[in-house]
Amino acid sequence: MQMASAKCVGLRRQGGVVNVIMITVALLFMVLFLLLPLITVFAQAFAGGISGYVASIVDPNTLSAIWLTLIVAAVALVVNVVFGLAASWCLARFRFPGRLALLTVLDLPFSVSPVVAGLMLVLLYGRQGWLGPWLEAHNLKIIFALPGMMIATIFVTLPFIARELIPLMEEQGADEEEAAILLGASGWQMFWRITIPKLRWGLLYGVLLSNARAMGEFGAVSVVSGNILGLTDTMSLDVKALYDGYNIVGSFAVASLLASLALVTLIAKTVLERQFLGRSTKEEVSA
Amino acid sequence: MAGHVSIHNVSRRFGAFAALNDVSLDIPAGELVALLGPSGSGKTTLLRIIAGLDFPDSGQVLINGEDNVARHPRERGVGFVFQHYALFRHMTVAGNVAFGLQVRPRGQRPSKAEIKARVAALLDLVQLGWLADRYPIELSGGQRQRVALARALAIEPRLLLLDEPFGALDTKVRKELGQWLRDLHHGQAITSLLVTHDQAEALELADRIVLMSQGKVEQIGTPAELYTRPASPFVLEFLGEANRIPCVIGEGGLALLAVSGHALAQSVEPGQAFASPGAVLTLYVRPHDLVLEARSDGPAVVRAIKVAGAFAKIELMLGELALTALTPLHRLPSLHLQEGSRARLIAAQGMSFSAAGAGGSVQFEAPRALVMA
Repeated sequence: MQMASAKCVGLRRQGGVVNVIMITVALLFMVLFLLLPLITVFAQAFAGGISGYVASIVDPNTLSAIWLTLIVAAVALVVNVVFGLAASWCLARFRFPGRLALLTVLDLPFSVSPVVAGLMLVLLYGRQGWLGPWLEAHNLKIIFALPGMMIATIFVTLPFIARELIPLMEEQGADEEEAAILLGASGWQMFWRITIPKLRWGLLYGVLLSNARAMGEFGAVSVVSGNILGLTDTMSLDVKALYDGYNIVGSFAVASLLASLALVTLIAKTVLERQFLGRSTKEEVSA
Repeated sequence: MAGHVSIHNVSRRFGAFAALNDVSLDIPAGELVALLGPSGSGKTTLLRIIAGLDFPDSGQVLINGEDNVARHPRERGVGFVFQHYALFRHMTVAGNVAFGLQVRPRGQRPSKAEIKARVAALLDLVQLGWLADRYPIELSGGQRQRVALARALAIEPRLLLLDEPFGALDTKVRKELGQWLRDLHHGQAITSLLVTHDQAEALELADRIVLMSQGKVEQIGTPAELYTRPASPFVLEFLGEANRIPCVIGEGGLALLAVSGHALAQSVEPGQAFASPGAVLTLYVRPHDLVLEARSDGPAVVRAIKVAGAFAKIELMLGELALTALTPLHRLPSLHLQEGSRARLIAAQGMSFSAAGAGGSVQFEAPRALVMA
């Protein structure tokens, strides 16, 4: 007994040293790679004082980039919500041949490099691309224009909501929907009054994730946009363009905006996660 | 008005598995009927077909004479209670109960005040008025199932279908809720169909039991009929434990028992001669029908005595045959039995089926008891 307890104390002491080392390493990495860069972004952005900061933001090209980013993100969001709900309904509720293949294809945007995704779109919709001649004949411009940027952003963010909803729907089952139908609800009533409220936390969480990704996307959008200043420049692209043009304050000012958006998203995500997890663990405990 | 359900030749396959195989049955209006059977016997599939949540490959489901198979589930006027409650987790208790009234088309929908009054009355009926503003996760399992019941009753169904409604509850709550359900059923003009795998629950609650096995109906009858006159060994054994004692029919219609060389004295006459002399059959004796008497020259040896609540379970060896006897705990001391003691056995009552499993069962009852000495 005594030997055993002595061993425990020894282990705990060893654990103490290891703990200190691990915590130090983790903190060092956090400060060096996360906190300092973030502080630098804001420090550089305000290097020219508040007036310099405001001046860089109200620059017409920057305002246009912010506007464009919001439009692209909003369109991607609507498409993602509709697609995410439809895809997860099919994949979670039904078993059919080819279901696993579809689930795998759904992950494609996660595994393909965004630059490759952009190139694929250029090869498909570009002037030399498969659909290029047809698009040109009908006077439709996709590559180097807003539609291309939207498609690129949608491609990159497509799986987020569906991936969030599929496990949630599988776990929740269809009992509540069946109960609603038997109580006399129409399919439409069931969807809006039961299915959507049931999924709301997961849906909101997926929306936040895909939105953060949509606003920050660089690679795919960069390939298809053509970087036409004031026309097809999103915030991410603008940061790069300003930096390359030696406008350090302007570049970091836009970067600080993007970083703030990301921070807000992260905070919202944390709050939601707490809600979401708190609810589901509570449900499990009582079930 | 309570619904009269007739099911004609319903079959349902899932791939190679026949969940229901040509099932026909009739459920009179106003009865509380239990669909009883082991898992995989097709009872839940049958319930889901009646509700319209699943469809038969062939056959008819009539409610009050109308064919219901083509009818949309929401028009069937069926109340359904799920094993795992299926309460709407984002609505309060009152919201759950009101749902079926709120989703009615505008013309048939009661006014807000009427809905409110009706919800209050239903929650009083299930004795949960004080929980109206709570959410399902804040309730206990028994309370949730009562909310589910109030919700199902809100649409004034002709037919109440309950799928293992007490399956997820602990024993004490299950018993209380079962009795309460029975009382509730008899206070309403409603036909109730209760799916369960628990034979005690079915025997206790149901007016009539439909015992199912492997997609077929084994027997339909009142609990007493099924228990005292089971149609097959399956029914007998499903409704309660039974000892199986191999027998041989002796000369003159007498049952001669031969157990591993023990030629046992017979003192019983089968009620009807259904097997020729020399035929081997199995005699089923329930543990509580097996009476023990301590005798130093008795053929049986006590292996173990286990106390389980109000009863003592006595495990015996009769030659190489393992038997179980059940005796009220207060009678145990007067039996003077311990592990290793020898005893004489008397079967107060037993049952046997003809070799083919068809034909009548044979019963013998005290005082013409079967004595194994």
